[in-house]
Amino acid sequence: MARTMFEKIWARHVVAEGPGGQTLLYIDRHLLHEGSTAAFVRLARTGRRVRRPDLCVATADHYVLTSPGAPAPDAEIRDMVQSLGDNTARQGIVYFGQGDARRGIVHVIGPEQGLTLPGMVLVCGDSHTATHGALGALAFGIGSSEVEHVLATQTLWQRKPKTMRITVDGRLGAGVSAKDVILAIIARISAAGGVGHALEYAGAVFGAMSMAERLTVCNMSIEAGARCGMVAPDETTYAYIKGRPFAPDGEAWERAVAYWKTLPSDAGAAFDREVRVDGAQLAPTVTWGTSPQDALPITGRVPDPAATADAGRRASLERALAYMGLSAGMALTDVTVDRVFIGSCTNSRLEDLRAAAAVAKGRRAVVPAWIVPGSGLVKEAAEREGLDRIFREAGFEWREAGCSMCVGMNGETARERERVASTSNRNFEGRQGKGARTHLMSPAMAAAAAVTGRLTDVRQL
Amino acid sequence: MQAFTRLTAAAAPIDLPNVDTDRVIPARFLRKPQGSAGYERFLFHDVRFDADGKERPEFVLNQPGFRGAKIVVAAENFGCGSSREAAVWALAAYGVRVVIAPSLGDIFHQNCGKNGVLAVILPAEIVAGLRRELHARPGATLSVDLEAQTVTAPDGAVHRFEIDPFRKQMLLSGQDDIGLTLGYEAQIAAFEASHRAAPPWLSAAP
Ligand code: SF4
Repeated sequence: MARTMFEKIWARHVVAEGPGGQTLLYIDRHLLHEGSTAAFVRLARTGRRVRRPDLCVATADHYVLTSPGAPAPDAEIRDMVQSLGDNTARQGIVYFGQGDARRGIVHVIGPEQGLTLPGMVLVCGDSHTATHGALGALAFGIGSSEVEHVLATQTLWQRKPKTMRITVDGRLGAGVSAKDVILAIIARISAAGGVGHALEYAGAVFGAMSMAERLTVCNMSIEAGARCGMVAPDETTYAYIKGRPFAPDGEAWERAVAYWKTLPSDAGAAFDREVRVDGAQLAPTVTWGTSPQDALPITGRVPDPAATADAGRRASLERALAYMGLSAGMALTDVTVDRVFIGSCTNSRLEDLRAAAAVAKGRRAVVPAWIVPGSGLVKEAAEREGLDRIFREAGFEWREAGCSMCVGMNGETARERERVASTSNRNFEGRQGKGARTHLMSPAMAAAAAVTGRLTDVRQL
Repeated sequence: MQAFTRLTAAAAPIDLPNVDTDRVIPARFLRKPQGSAGYERFLFHDVRFDADGKERPEFVLNQPGFRGAKIVVAAENFGCGSSREAAVWALAAYGVRVVIAPSLGDIFHQNCGKNGVLAVILPAEIVAGLRRELHARPGATLSVDLEAQTVTAPDGAVHRFEIDPFRKQMLLSGQDDIGLTLGYEAQIAAFEASHRAAPPWLSAAP
């Protein structure tokens, strides 16, 4: 019978069928960050051991400061990093800590190190774990109790989700990026559209994308409500993986590729839901509200709540506009910004920085603009290409790797009512700091906002 | 984990769709240890309290009849976004034992079950009807019976809900699922042996 890629990977990881239709699923790779502390504490309290420390890799990202040499703002922030170092050392888990160039955002370093491979089941106590699905892995985010469960057993109880295929055909226009594609998809299916589903992104647009672009798309699957999103592995995938530190090589490489070629969904495989989008119709996209589904082409206008019939929807639109400090009907390109953040697990890879630098080059930032690379290795590679010089000359701030202002857990937050053009993935109320206002967009669009001080159509620059 | 069987208690309506877990507990509280003193104050902190730490009267849990509610009746996609289990810890610390919604964020849904919080999914019209009733009669109680899989509305209407039998069993017994899984040790070991033999690169130790 024709099977989807999701079903093939799932079936290969079934340890046991348990009570009540739940499946005990084997976990090939477990990535950890500072947020894992509570799970380690509970594990120690119950006297349980980490079953497979060799399948875990940890990195410090959320609580690390990204201004070179800055001291942690408080002891709690310092302790979050410290306790990850202590716990991983005690358990014999590979850890990329401060001073290690391999350290970076967990969803950047997994693929970068070859820790993420096609056909794997990979988990991490972070909702953006879907990112890793870009390589053809079944990757999903889990909570703290599930982290503890995986540490103790290397398995998880899961109920099989439904499947949804999102096909984007055609070709993207100039200036339209992977970020625009995923924002448009979320606007189309809604922030709840993928709840209970495993997504597969298919069609010519994803086939033509680089691995960095596919990672951007899969990263935001959770913003459409889905725990996982994946792209079938192909030559782009294999070329990306080959030679990475933890990737197979020699005879194992040949066997791996032969196996990976069996993973893509079979012709005729049935999905529970199909969505089709015409890639040629997409434009550079920005969010105006407080949910990632509140996204529109940059040529659009802020929606008018009065035009909405549903009372509940109208109330939530009004609330979003009040929080964002926007008025109905204003042109998005009339919205001025106070600061720019280019980074996060969505858009902090070398290609993202290149796209931003291409816009920044020879121009001047008129608002504070931060560049936060996704990993120490991304930072080094960018510096070898001279991207840091381009940014510095354009008045951008070149920082260390980490999550930084995507979530501000390390204290790097935007101020109350500050309006941020951001390449991150969430524009929730308070996400980038209490009262901060976030507009999501691509790296090129964020760089354009930095040099004009307003939301800008990068195609017009 | 605290077992859940049945509960009759005051319920609070939260009408906003897509309430994300950043709203349920802002990021700056995530470095506070699980279960530390005063944890309940972090729940909905920035919409519940103003800059001086005073209650915002417009927030539902600050209103008579809804304060101290043990049941939350929410809208679509409640608990979306971040996987932070602290969102459930904050709800539980406040005393919430049941969340009723038309849909929930998948990870939040899973996290509820691990902390003795019952997540009830009912059709959107029924949930909206419950919220309307609660607005009309603040302080009205709902009865939730997990064994029978029913929610009894203030007007006496009984709504049956579906729940994953596995989750139901874990909640009823208050059992720790790691303990259960460790009972599958033989299967896990056998799986590891065959899995490693087949695609060796998958479990290659870094
Ligand atoms: S960059 Fe942002 S979204 Fe990504 S893991 Fe870090 S905090 Fe989470």
